[in-house]
Amino acid sequence: MSELEVNNLVVAFGGVKAINDVSFSVDPGEIYAIIGPNGAGKSTIFNAISRIYTPKKGSIRFQGQELLEREAHEVVSAGIARTFQNIELFENATVLDNLLAGRASKVRTGALAEFFFTPRVRREEHEHRSKVEDILDLLDMQHHRYEKVADLSYGARKNVELARALCAEPRMLLLDEPASGLNPEETTDMSFWLKDIKEELGVTIVMVEHDMNLVGRIADRVLAIAGGEVLAVGSVAEVQSNPTVQAAYLGGAA
Amino acid sequence: MQVIFKTDYDQDINYMVNRGERIRILLALALALGAPLVVGGYFLSELSIFLVYILAGLGLMVLVGFTGMVSFGHAAFLGIGAYTNSVLLGYGVPFFITLPAGALLAGLIGAALGRAASKMHGFYMAIATLAFAIVVETGIGAWEHVTGGHMGLSVPSMAGLGLAINAGPMQYYLILAIVVFCIWGVANLMRSPTGRAFIAVRDSETSARSLGLNIARTRIMAFFISAMLTGLAGGLLSHLMFYLSPESFGVNESLKLLLMVIVGGLGTITGAIFGAVFVSILPNLISLLQGILPQSIAQTAGLEQFLFGAIIAGFIIFEPEGLYGRWRKLRLFLETFPYYKKATFTRQKKYLKTERFR
Repeated sequence: MSELEVNNLVVAFGGVKAINDVSFSVDPGEIYAIIGPNGAGKSTIFNAISRIYTPKKGSIRFQGQELLEREAHEVVSAGIARTFQNIELFENATVLDNLLAGRASKVRTGALAEFFFTPRVRREEHEHRSKVEDILDLLDMQHHRYEKVADLSYGARKNVELARALCAEPRMLLLDEPASGLNPEETTDMSFWLKDIKEELGVTIVMVEHDMNLVGRIADRVLAIAGGEVLAVGSVAEVQSNPTVQAAYLGGAA
Repeated sequence: MQVIFKTDYDQDINYMVNRGERIRILLALALALGAPLVVGGYFLSELSIFLVYILAGLGLMVLVGFTGMVSFGHAAFLGIGAYTNSVLLGYGVPFFITLPAGALLAGLIGAALGRAASKMHGFYMAIATLAFAIVVETGIGAWEHVTGGHMGLSVPSMAGLGLAINAGPMQYYLILAIVVFCIWGVANLMRSPTGRAFIAVRDSETSARSLGLNIARTRIMAFFISAMLTGLAGGLLSHLMFYLSPESFGVNESLKLLLMVIVGGLGTITGAIFGAVFVSILPNLISLLQGILPQSIAQTAGLEQFLFGAIIAGFIIFEPEGLYGRWRKLRLFLETFPYYKKATFTRQKKYLKTERFR
């Protein structure tokens, strides 16, 4: 059974259909890339899955559950975490606090117990911390632990955002342009990490990405969309050689 | 400069890991505990008012500094706490029930306001809270048979079950204990998930939501805690004012509280304390200033408000991190003495933020 199933999705803003009848499915444990020219609707798909937008029609099922019945803050407890195109970190907090905030969906203590900082709160803080340390180890960023996000470079922030999403212990990651703004070296690191995340943690990854190099290196399957509609699905080579896809990027007769 | 070799997660969780910090806090506590032995009368009641302002500022700090919601009407919660406490005391309810009752009522009304304002931001929230404060002030004035209206209400003494706490060292120690307890509690909250949720909502609502935080609930919680602390401060303040009238909880008072947290340094508990020190000294500074200025300027109405506004504006422009930020810079300057460089605290330009969804 597929992990994520999107059926006949329509997202409309007034009269503009940003996503028009898009269907695709993602298998467990694969890296699934979504590509397309600017304004194709890639981020809109992500925002529909993470329930920031409410689609007009269609269904989004994750592990058999209908996501459209959930609120935006309940998506992560279904097992989906995400990053953002424009980096949405908590800038005035340290990296450590950002990652601990990533554990929000796993918190079981209430404000009253926290006011008195009962032994249980302390115990759970230790649990959260050791999970966070695992992620810090995985992404090799222990040295940034106590730094304020506002002091970090762009590339480091990208990684912190990825780490924060992982702290929620998701089954699936939505990565909105994980390599944008990274230099070639950082992009290579990113591709290794994504493979690690897939292989070691068994997390399914759906990513929007423009860097075809990265996509070619790690993606198992690629979905190409333009103008809110599906152009092609298949392996990287298949999609790249597809004439409709070429026309969408380069123009010319389709 | 002390560098701690960390071997345990508790070193990141605990407070006062640093030796200097430990010494400073114990010193401050010792000073606070020893004060009544040295001073009395007027000065002791001034000290008590200062402590109460720390509590009120702490309440506002939870909202403005930690959760990023501005309130121009926090004096209303001070008023609700003060009036609830005094009116209930007048009916013979013991003070150890009336004080929490005032705090709780303020907290619940705050939560209701938070519910209404949970989708508002910046400017709109400022206006909503300002309007709320005016409604509360007017309401207290109009509800004459309970609150005494604009004629005022005299505050019964702190009493209950044969126990009476009169002005003086006993009252001072009670206030000190409550304030220290609340500071401890808020500090605990800020190192737990709830505190991180506040900061998450402050810095990026979008990602806070995608991490599983219910934004409206978090904001209502912040409003509740904030209003409750301020309401408790109001209850205590009523015993230091002896006579309540709605005007004491007007816009000016709200502005004073806001001045406190901004000047003290947004986003830190220490900032609330520094702010309270500043606000307590300010009236003396202003009267000193009035002595120096020519008669025609010194006697102008509204000089105090003008200076309040000018100070807030000045701090926002030149030292957004407030007195606490200044203090941190001074300490770093001393610790690293010949090597201090100004650039340490200069933030690089923010990366461009494109349009976001709200």
